[in-house]
Amino acid sequence: MTPAPTGSAPAPTAPTARTGIDWVAVVAALVTVAAFVRAIWFTPPDLLQGYAQKIMYVHVPTIWVAFLALGLSALSGAFWLFLKDPRLDRFAESSAEVGVVFTTGVLVTGPIWAKPIWGAWWVWDARLTLTLVLWFLFLGYLVLRGAIDDRELRARYSAVVGLLGALLIPFVHLSVYIFRTQHPMPVVANPEGIQMPAVMQVTFFFSLFAFTLMYVAFVRARMALATDRDALEDASTAER
Amino acid sequence: MTDPTRGILVSAWVIARKDLAIEFRTRSAFLSAIVFTLLSIVVFFFAWDPTAVGPLDLAPGVLWVTFTFSGMLGLHRAFAVEARDGAMDALLLAPVPRESIFLGKLLANLAFVLGVQTVALPAVSLFYNLPLGAAALPIAGVLVLASIGLVSVGTLFAGMTANTRMTELLLPVLALPFFIPVVIPAAQSTADLLAGRPLADVFVWLRILLAFDLVFLFACTVAFPFTLED
Amino acid sequence: MTALVHATALVRTFGTRRAVDDLSFSLDAGDCLALFGPNGAGKTTALRLLAGLLKPSSGTATIDGIALPATTARVRVGLISHRVMLYDALTARENLRFTAALYGLAAPEDAVQRALEALRVADRADVPVRALSRGLQQRVAIARAIVHTPDVLLCDEPYTGLDEQGGVALTALLRERREAGAALIVVTHNLQEGLALATQAAIMRNGRFVRHEPSAGVDPQRYAAEYRDLVA
Repeated sequence: MTPAPTGSAPAPTAPTARTGIDWVAVVAALVTVAAFVRAIWFTPPDLLQGYAQKIMYVHVPTIWVAFLALGLSALSGAFWLFLKDPRLDRFAESSAEVGVVFTTGVLVTGPIWAKPIWGAWWVWDARLTLTLVLWFLFLGYLVLRGAIDDRELRARYSAVVGLLGALLIPFVHLSVYIFRTQHPMPVVANPEGIQMPAVMQVTFFFSLFAFTLMYVAFVRARMALATDRDALEDASTAER
Repeated sequence: MTDPTRGILVSAWVIARKDLAIEFRTRSAFLSAIVFTLLSIVVFFFAWDPTAVGPLDLAPGVLWVTFTFSGMLGLHRAFAVEARDGAMDALLLAPVPRESIFLGKLLANLAFVLGVQTVALPAVSLFYNLPLGAAALPIAGVLVLASIGLVSVGTLFAGMTANTRMTELLLPVLALPFFIPVVIPAAQSTADLLAGRPLADVFVWLRILLAFDLVFLFACTVAFPFTLED
Repeated sequence: MTALVHATALVRTFGTRRAVDDLSFSLDAGDCLALFGPNGAGKTTALRLLAGLLKPSSGTATIDGIALPATTARVRVGLISHRVMLYDALTARENLRFTAALYGLAAPEDAVQRALEALRVADRADVPVRALSRGLQQRVAIARAIVHTPDVLLCDEPYTGLDEQGGVALTALLRERREAGAALIVVTHNLQEGLALATQAAIMRNGRFVRHEPSAGVDPQRYAAEYRDLVA
């Protein structure tokens, strides 16, 4: 017997369609496999580091996606604070969760490279430490989300933590950089231009593209899940 | 109340004074933080082999680890007082800017953390036989700088976690990553100062601490109103 | 002349639930609205909107023409909630002094003493609140809410927990405030009590006023019977 809604009532979340094949995911998977094939069989090994260098085609694009995920998550949270659109919060959540996966990837592939090259699995190098802190930030963010039931409050707190996290990164970087640096000099973002043979460059950027596509596919799938979860929740509160 | 900035600070002071009055009346959190600090200092000593690691090398680490965790003890208290019996609503009803609620809490927490440190620093120097001497004042300065940063972030997060299911666990999980760029410069400069290095050598660390304080004091004050339900 | 309290098409949603749904009314100086309704009807949400604790999803609430939650509007509102909003380690007097300082009162000690006497707790004002009985705590809570002599007094089940003497003191206080030109909203389950004070009466259900009228000609017995039918 509820009267017709007036004013600005948010409509219940509509569930996603979920029909057919997720073509973005298929393309992302194919491109990633192609990038791997090219990196393994069609790119020569590095003169100094040998085959160990090949992990760079996985490691660096993974880092790129990890930071992209954090940045977009924080940005989306900031927009949510002003627009209050639930999709922005769902994106922030999805991007952060995908970010955790990729950051974990960095923390796994880093030591695999470090053992033959540096002689130790873990080194408290500036960029490795920064990635570890990033991982903790993401985890804290997700634990926070899990500890709040109210959707609006969750979005609000997550947005604030995400923004402060983005603000923290330069400070962590600066302090651990001064603390100790024994990472090789950056070879891509080097002021004197890219210090890599052309064949490696092509593989590298192809891989970067593949991983970014994978990020998009993951976030899309995760967002669909978040939308359906909210829709289910709305439907069950409406019943009560 | 013509000048809004002055208004913010005056009401912040009113709120801080109230928090300190409550703390002074109950003393429970402050005393437990002191006991916790002393206990940690003692336990840490036995966690190392004193013949392999000199107390002088150990002391900065002990000081800053206890600083971080004892600081956290005080942060919980700040909003627990408001959560009971809905007192936070009374603060939000009052015609004071949201920012002064945050700054008031921050001031009380700062007093709490510095109070604990005035016991911790002499205790560490006593138990670890530190030749504090001329380094005492600069180290106290580092403590103040580090406390401002820790309390800014900690107060904001304590306000949020007070409204979640896992208050006690969530605060350290959220806040500790933020303390890394506070603890690194603080511990490094303490070690340098204890080793008798001149103040000029630690300026690079002090600058990071100062920048962290300014950025996060501002950012957290601005962010606090956004954390409130509306 | 602007009304002292004015609500225009107030809506507040939580998720997809409309806790307050299109509420409009206005109160002039000396008006008292008695608000009845079953649990979950949105009465507390309505009061929190009018106190500036919640922002409306749409619509506006103004105090003497000033839109909430501006501080110049909030300063004129007092809220007696079902929670005491006191610091139990501090004494009643310290709690009230703190409130007086937050509101920047010119003569805080006088205001504190006046509020304590109005609720007849001045003799127990210097023991920590946690040592007081539930009934006395509620009286201190009411004293805290009126220490700044608000023009608009919002009361959410104010009689809950009060003993007879406290109830008499509260009724006297509410009458005195109303005659001094304040506007009141009293949420209560006790129809008799509410109607005795009110100039307007309203019944809320599912976030809306299902009935709203001047209470002058209302017969409490019949109103009670009709209330039961409406909320059943």
